[in-house]
Amino acid sequence: MSTVEDQVEVAPAVPDDAPRPIERAGLLARLTVSIIPPLMLGALVVAGWYAVSYLLLDPKRRFLLKPPHEVVQNGFLNWSALSEMLSALWSSTKVAMIGLVIAIAIGFVLAIIMSQARTIERAVFPFMVTLQAIPILAIVPLISFWWGTGQRSRVIVCVIIALFPIIVNTLFGLQSAERGMHDLFTLHHASRATRLRKLMFPAALPAIFAGLRISAGLSVIGAIVGDFFFGRGDVGIGQVLKKYSSQLMGEELFAAVLLSSALGVTVFLTFGWIQTLAIGKWHETSGGRP
Amino acid sequence: MLYGNAVAAISSGTHRLGSQTYVPSTPYVLMTAVDAAFEATSAAGAALAFDRTQMVFPDGTEAVREVSFSVHRGEFVTIVGPSGCGKSTLLKIASGLLDATAGSVRVDRDRLGYVFQDATLLPWRTVLGNVELIAELHGIEKSERRRLALEAIDTVGLSGFVNHYPRSLSGGMRMRASLARTLTLKPPVFLFDEPFGAVDEITREHLNEETQRLFQQEGFAGLFITHSISEAVYMSTRVLVMSARPGRIVAEFEVPFSYPRNPELRFDPEFARLSGEISHALRGSHS
Ligand SMILES: Nc1ncnc2c1ncn2[C@@H]1O[C@H](COP(=O)(O)OP(=O)(O)OP(=O)(O)O)[C@@H](O)[C@H]1O
Ligand SMILES: [Mg+2]
Repeated sequence: MSTVEDQVEVAPAVPDDAPRPIERAGLLARLTVSIIPPLMLGALVVAGWYAVSYLLLDPKRRFLLKPPHEVVQNGFLNWSALSEMLSALWSSTKVAMIGLVIAIAIGFVLAIIMSQARTIERAVFPFMVTLQAIPILAIVPLISFWWGTGQRSRVIVCVIIALFPIIVNTLFGLQSAERGMHDLFTLHHASRATRLRKLMFPAALPAIFAGLRISAGLSVIGAIVGDFFFGRGDVGIGQVLKKYSSQLMGEELFAAVLLSSALGVTVFLTFGWIQTLAIGKWHETSGGRP
Repeated sequence: MLYGNAVAAISSGTHRLGSQTYVPSTPYVLMTAVDAAFEATSAAGAALAFDRTQMVFPDGTEAVREVSFSVHRGEFVTIVGPSGCGKSTLLKIASGLLDATAGSVRVDRDRLGYVFQDATLLPWRTVLGNVELIAELHGIEKSERRRLALEAIDTVGLSGFVNHYPRSLSGGMRMRASLARTLTLKPPVFLFDEPFGAVDEITREHLNEETQRLFQQEGFAGLFITHSISEAVYMSTRVLVMSARPGRIVAEFEVPFSYPRNPELRFDPEFARLSGEISHALRGSHS
């Protein structure tokens, strides 16, 4: 082999400051590193689960924790149960997402108003914190008392539970633009609207996404909790959980719990992905990890 | 300027300089309110003129007192002074970010260039987007502001990095982008608040040369702040020394060297002598 070719390869003309492309081998190694540990832990959990089912519980009490393969067989591979769970899950997903969208709309408006006037922020904030401190279970009866037990009440539970992180994170984000950047906008006589649109809002995006991911997860919980307590209207995953637990359908109950958690994880990852798409190019620690 | 002013200042007993056996050998003067009258006449036609400007903050801190001087187009004036003496405050007053509590400032604020100590680039915009910002805020139409931005980016030598986000630039490159942003509207008055304080020595020298080249090219009125005496002498037509808070102008030095200045000038004996005098005046100002 000629040494000239080697030299050409080892001297790429990349400026010092230019970002380097991620090497393939490095990417693979990183994936391996990030996938293997959770897989191993997952295997351990399943093994522990078997151990509990077969070694700890005597056969008469095994219904309390059915072994994994029975959960898969009777929960996931049994079409009538699975279709019931999936349609319930879809109904709850819709409720959660509608609630989330409404919470985002209200949260943005409130945060923007508060960011424009300190007095309003000072007036509103204590009440928000107080409201936030009320456990959602204490509000549920009140909501059914005022709005009944239909879909609307479920959405309201989601809005209430998801609202606070959106307001707090958006407000914090809107206030996070550096003083120097504000000075720059002041120097060039930027209007309030311009300042909001071109400085405060983009600066707030990382915080907004952090809030969104929290709120999306909470909204899913809200949808399930609401559904669990409001027995009427569309059947959501909450009602399905309730039914399985009251009828001692262990395998199905377990499958439903796993599906609910999968929904939460999916929502979390989806918002992480949207975040990466939206701000990954310029923001250091966006996407991927919480 | 008249040496008599210095005598007047010394006899007014406010300056330690007066008690030292110190014979100035370049045109050198101690400024007091006495000079205000003189400044008032020289201020005519100046691009930027402070007239007995005073700043007392709401908490009672008197940052600057009775500051009068002016900067014409084609002049590059540098202020040196101890930390906290009110240098940034002066620039903020000039730009309208702060309102002086007494006295006045005359400057065309619509076309004012202000380079901050930090690059203050918007992290969500590329170099191009950042450099376009000011033209955008002034409502300049898209194709025109793109043209202005690309031209300014070219001037500071960042053409290869137009689509880079600030996070992938080095400190010196960010400062260049910041300079380019200020350049877009070709402001006739340029304020620099310790713009190169955070970059390493070599980058700083490069940026000094570039700024000097811009100064020659554009012929703006420059008001520059630095902690580095060598930078002050190298860049300026005039160096003003400020006293500790409340900041006043206590000495003024003309820098006799012609432009373009060679980086080697820093090792010239005349340069060293002038730097020494400024250093001396600066130490005297810590009263
Ligand atoms: N908003 C404010 N309220 C009260 N005091 C202030 C305010 N801004 C600045 N000061 C004070 O005014 C004085 C001058 O501040 P300034 O920032 O102008 O100093 P400086 O000469 O630029 O200092 P440095 O060289 O460290 O940048 C300082 O003592 C500072 O503490
Ligand atoms: Mg300062």
